Amino acid sequence: MTASAPAKTQYEAVIGLETHCQLNTNTKIFSPSSTKFGEPPNTLIDPVCMGLPGTLPVLNQAVLESSVKMGLALNCEIAPYSKFDRKQYFYPDLPKNYQISQFDLPIAEHGFLNIELYDKETGTATHKRIGVTRLHMEEDAGKLVHGGGERLSGSTYSLVDYNRAGVPLMEIVSEPDIRTGQEAAEYAQEIRRIVRYLGVGDGNMQEGSLRCDVNISVRPVGQKEFGTKVEIKNMNSFSAIQRAIEYEIERQIAAVEAGEKLVQETRLWEEGSQRTISMRKKEGASDYRYFPEPDLGPIEVSAAQLADWRSQLPELPAQKRQRYTTDLGLSVYDARVLTNDRATMEYFEAAIAAGASAKLAANWIMGDLSAYLNNNTDLSMGDLPLKPDSLAELIGLIEDRTISNAAAKNILQELLTQGGSAKAIVKRDGLGQISDTGALETAIDEVLIENPKELEQYRGGKTKLLGFFVGQVMKKTGGRADPKLTNQLVSKKLNG
Amino acid sequence: MIDREQVRKVAHLARLELSTAEEEMFTTQLNGILDYFEQLSELDVTNVEPTFRAIDASNITRQDVLETHSDREAILESAPDRDGEFFKVPQIIATD
Repeated sequence: MTASAPAKTQYEAVIGLETHCQLNTNTKIFSPSSTKFGEPPNTLIDPVCMGLPGTLPVLNQAVLESSVKMGLALNCEIAPYSKFDRKQYFYPDLPKNYQISQFDLPIAEHGFLNIELYDKETGTATHKRIGVTRLHMEEDAGKLVHGGGERLSGSTYSLVDYNRAGVPLMEIVSEPDIRTGQEAAEYAQEIRRIVRYLGVGDGNMQEGSLRCDVNISVRPVGQKEFGTKVEIKNMNSFSAIQRAIEYEIERQIAAVEAGEKLVQETRLWEEGSQRTISMRKKEGASDYRYFPEPDLGPIEVSAAQLADWRSQLPELPAQKRQRYTTDLGLSVYDARVLTNDRATMEYFEAAIAAGASAKLAANWIMGDLSAYLNNNTDLSMGDLPLKPDSLAELIGLIEDRTISNAAAKNILQELLTQGGSAKAIVKRDGLGQISDTGALETAIDEVLIENPKELEQYRGGKTKLLGFFVGQVMKKTGGRADPKLTNQLVSKKLNG
Repeated sequence: MIDREQVRKVAHLARLELSTAEEEMFTTQLNGILDYFEQLSELDVTNVEPTFRAIDASNITRQDVLETHSDREAILESAPDRDGEFFKVPQIIATD
């Protein structure tokens, strides 16, 4: 009889994300005050967002349009009948003591998002479908500054800035289909890409225009029931989302293995210590006492309106990645990098529309142009002095061998800082490549006459000197000799 | 019927601290109001859809046009307490 050790239990994490995206409308969701970030406290308030008696909220049409478009981009069904509800809770960031949100009839439901998981090692990608439970519209709350202490616990009073109260948000809730930190980070990034492609928000995590809360539990693989769910907040980057989840998975598995009981609670990600800490225990289900908002009428999106909005959707990041690899022949990696940022994608597409080859345009944009932007962080792809059509022109000059790659790199420096036309610079500086056989042969003959010693050594068997002669021809022509042709001609002369 | 326990719970949700006498008083008053509304139960509404609004109008929206409110000062001034351009609120004791 053999006493084998019990098989080690394998665990899996069950993760769902709640994502809040701020919309980039000019005005608030229910009132005409500005939504601008970083204004002096309480300069963007009005009687409606402050919930003063006798005021009536009216829905901003742009909020509805943006939310429906986002719902469509997430493959959701758009509700033919949708309404707003009051979510009651009492906290000083909420001037009315309720938040206008959507409860049982959200604007969009039953969608999904296909995410691409890139494997650095192999350079390949796999795809996974994450269900989207719902998307609803709601108003943001104000911002608290705690007085008499850094943190809430030590403060004796708090100051409130209601500029953000009433700023429009979309809350997007995923199904618990996510299993790893990488999947969660990729899901959140894809949401941001879509928001930016649609032009409905800026998705800036630092300024809080994109916020992700994570619900996570672990269970032994094969078990149907969910483990005890923990909510994690306070991640302000995609990598923080990934690291917080990875930390939490380990913490929860360790607790289960040690026979400890996990509690349902909210935990905060601490960037400094790279761990999650308990913030508060949940006492049963929250009691928000939702009821229909009597001040706002229902929303009925007509089929015609829906078709119109659907027709305005741009090509989305996933479709672009697919097209870049299959139609343009780019690698998975290149397609990811070029489509990650909307400005870069638009630059790339403008360059190929102006006639540049996709592969060369990709190389220049991801190489020299990105490097230049990395060194000049105040610039973005969209406001480079070098315009896409000029890059296409430069690439054309390399392709038809008017200039060498080396000459192109030199021209690029001027184009990047001052803009202008690549052709004009080549003409001005006489940088055109010499591909004329006669002209090159003349230069080669001169070089051979000027270097009799090396010529003798070459003919004596030191064939390595071929490079020396090519170099001399290059020097003589100011680097303009066509390298490939020069090589051939020099070789022919030496051996002829 | 609403009982003392429910009054306590609602008071807690609304962050209100009630004395025993107040709990008693509000239980009585709230029951008075509920009793009054109870008269509506006499009607047979079996085949009537719930009504959320007196006026049934859908798709009332406004254009996304900026209009700055002219009297921010009046809003700040109408609050119980302020500190410069901030509203000032008492110590917050619970976070959920």
